[in-house]
Amino acid sequence: MTTFFAILFYAAFAVLVVGVGLKVAQYARTPAPLKIPTTPAPLTPAGAAFRVGREVTLFESLWKANKPLWIFAMAFHLGLALVVVRHLRYFLDPVWAPIVWLQPFGVYGGMAMLAGLAALFVRRVVVQRIAYISGPSDYLMLALLLAIGASGMMMKMLAHTDIVAVKSFFLGLMVFDIRVLPADPILAAHLFLVALLMLVFPFSKLLHAPGVFFSPTRNQADDPRERRHLAPWAAQLERERN
Amino acid sequence: MAADTKIPAMGDPAERAIPCLQPGAMADSKPYVAAPAHNEPLGFPGELVPDWQEKGIARMGELLGKYKSLQVFMDICVKCGACTDKCHYFLGTNDPKNMPVARQDLFRSVYRRYFTPAGKALGAVGMGKLVGAREFTKEVLDEWFNYFHQCSQCRRCSVFCPYGIDTAEVSMAARDIMDNIGLGHKYANEIIGKVHKIGNNLGLPGPALIDNLEGLEEDLKDETGLDIRMPVDEQGAEILLVTPSADFFAEPHVLGLMGYAKVFHAAGTSWTISTKATEAANFAMFIGSYDQMQKIAMRIREAALELGVKRIVFGECGHAWRVAYSFLNTLIGPMDFLDPRYPKPQHILEFTYDLIQRGGIRLDKSGNDGMVLTFHDSCNVARASRMGERPGGQFVIPREVIKACVPKFVDMHPDTIGEKTFCCGGGGGLLTDELMDVRIKGSQPRMEALNDVVKREGVTHMAAICAICKAQFTKVLPTYGFDREMIVSVHQLVSNAIVLGNND
Repeated sequence: MTTFFAILFYAAFAVLVVGVGLKVAQYARTPAPLKIPTTPAPLTPAGAAFRVGREVTLFESLWKANKPLWIFAMAFHLGLALVVVRHLRYFLDPVWAPIVWLQPFGVYGGMAMLAGLAALFVRRVVVQRIAYISGPSDYLMLALLLAIGASGMMMKMLAHTDIVAVKSFFLGLMVFDIRVLPADPILAAHLFLVALLMLVFPFSKLLHAPGVFFSPTRNQADDPRERRHLAPWAAQLERERN
Repeated sequence: MAADTKIPAMGDPAERAIPCLQPGAMADSKPYVAAPAHNEPLGFPGELVPDWQEKGIARMGELLGKYKSLQVFMDICVKCGACTDKCHYFLGTNDPKNMPVARQDLFRSVYRRYFTPAGKALGAVGMGKLVGAREFTKEVLDEWFNYFHQCSQCRRCSVFCPYGIDTAEVSMAARDIMDNIGLGHKYANEIIGKVHKIGNNLGLPGPALIDNLEGLEEDLKDETGLDIRMPVDEQGAEILLVTPSADFFAEPHVLGLMGYAKVFHAAGTSWTISTKATEAANFAMFIGSYDQMQKIAMRIREAALELGVKRIVFGECGHAWRVAYSFLNTLIGPMDFLDPRYPKPQHILEFTYDLIQRGGIRLDKSGNDGMVLTFHDSCNVARASRMGERPGGQFVIPREVIKACVPKFVDMHPDTIGEKTFCCGGGGGLLTDELMDVRIKGSQPRMEALNDVVKREGVTHMAAICAICKAQFTKVLPTYGFDREMIVSVHQLVSNAIVLGNND
């Protein structure tokens, strides 16, 4: 099992990094020929960056759109963020002090994440409009995240696993030294699902995480009269015409 | 069609109920297909090409490489549903495919099938559905034609999307692909052809225009006793006015044009209309064609250079102002031949507002006695442009001008104005008779908000700054039991209130 998970995590990590890297490169390379910020928009690039920052941290537009959805989404994402930070202890030796302090809150994060995910799942099933737009992959993604969260919480609350050995395994992976992973079925399920999440990330809607930074309606400044905006292909078209 | 359109009920805009879905409710709504005579002058195939599927997919690939918006928007939607109750066409028709995300998915499903690893792999073994991938079949293409012509590209959904996904970008891309495989929208393509051939959307030739403007000068003389001019092709004028051709004779548009003339007269600024650029509208934006949009816009640069003007001012037109404000510098810039002290280009409302601020014109509210006004923010002005120096100036400036002209002004429900404004129902190239059913239903949210202030505040008129909005409301107001003359141009109010010379 140790070997299987070692290979799995190397593969999943490679797919995640390369896959997302390629997508980010594609987004960065593709030109935006026209100025299309959704107005009213900030007038400066710094203002636009601040707007994107608000979208990412506060979900500003979602707040305008739908308050219950905002609460569910916030519970899930903030919870997930805390959980991820909490898990850094498995990859750091010694563990940084702020991460040590955050450990107890990470557990609440796990609860918030599960509650948020459950609410999002129920909403997808119950609200007619949302059920209409939901495909199999939308439910599967929520199920996957729920299963990851649930298996994690089980290890925290019900059936503890040997986390010292787990930490040793991951620290080992980071220096290409394969150390034994505890043979615990819940842990195995948890890790397998996390690897699966990493594997599907670059091929799924999870790309919204890097993608939101490239959304022209949010990241462009409202300055078209002051500054001429010209994409390379549009400039080429212009040269051919003249 | 229009005759059997069920007029949606008007409730309280503060307590709008989200409609229950009626799948297929608008499945039959579609515009006329363009004939070869409409497509070919624009360089599109005359009719649907035999290998349309292959060509369409190839064109999709090109667009994905040219437009960051399209590429990013295709990937990042999480189907959260924030947009699902935001589109006026969904609210008015209850057809689930008019929910922005569902409309995008008509396109996204094809993208996923041919441009993503998951869609390609699973699609090849017939399991594309698992990841939302669909073959680009004739049925899918027909759906595209019907539902991408039930989008007015108003961008209301993009305000609420947590990632700023703008369905307008998707519907423009879909229309571009359809044009490139020979499945054009007759109304839009015919009009673009007219612009190239005759110079404006209405097909009004130069001599007819001059004749018409002379008639308006006489009307102004009768009304005011003053020689208020409507100059055409005047060399060396300070300002080139580019305005939608509807302003030349449609009501209430033309009353706005007379207002612009009075403002220029009172300001003592020389101005001219050009027979070369007799149209502010640029329907190429609606069909998503950068190339056509640039060709149409180029007339304005040429006219400005030929006439040697120092400034370009745009009349009241929504999408034209988007093209002017947001795209003109890109399409025909740099406009360094214009006076750098003024915005390039400037909106007529910026011009008038500035005059009011500086005391350059006098307004007498009694000219609009008995009128209680509200203001319809036009979607392209509200969400795709700006006026003045501060964000949101596009909301403040028209209101300040109206307030300076009328005894009482009232805003409609806050969820229906400003950046959350509802489209009139006729934008985006849908202002054609065969789409009357969807136009009437799509105007329901606006009519509901208007009805509310009519009942509560005694509103008598609604002002707008878009030729399409004005034409659309003139048609749909009566179906909701309102007077068609309730819709007015903002500069019509200025025209009624402005104090000219010593004769007043």
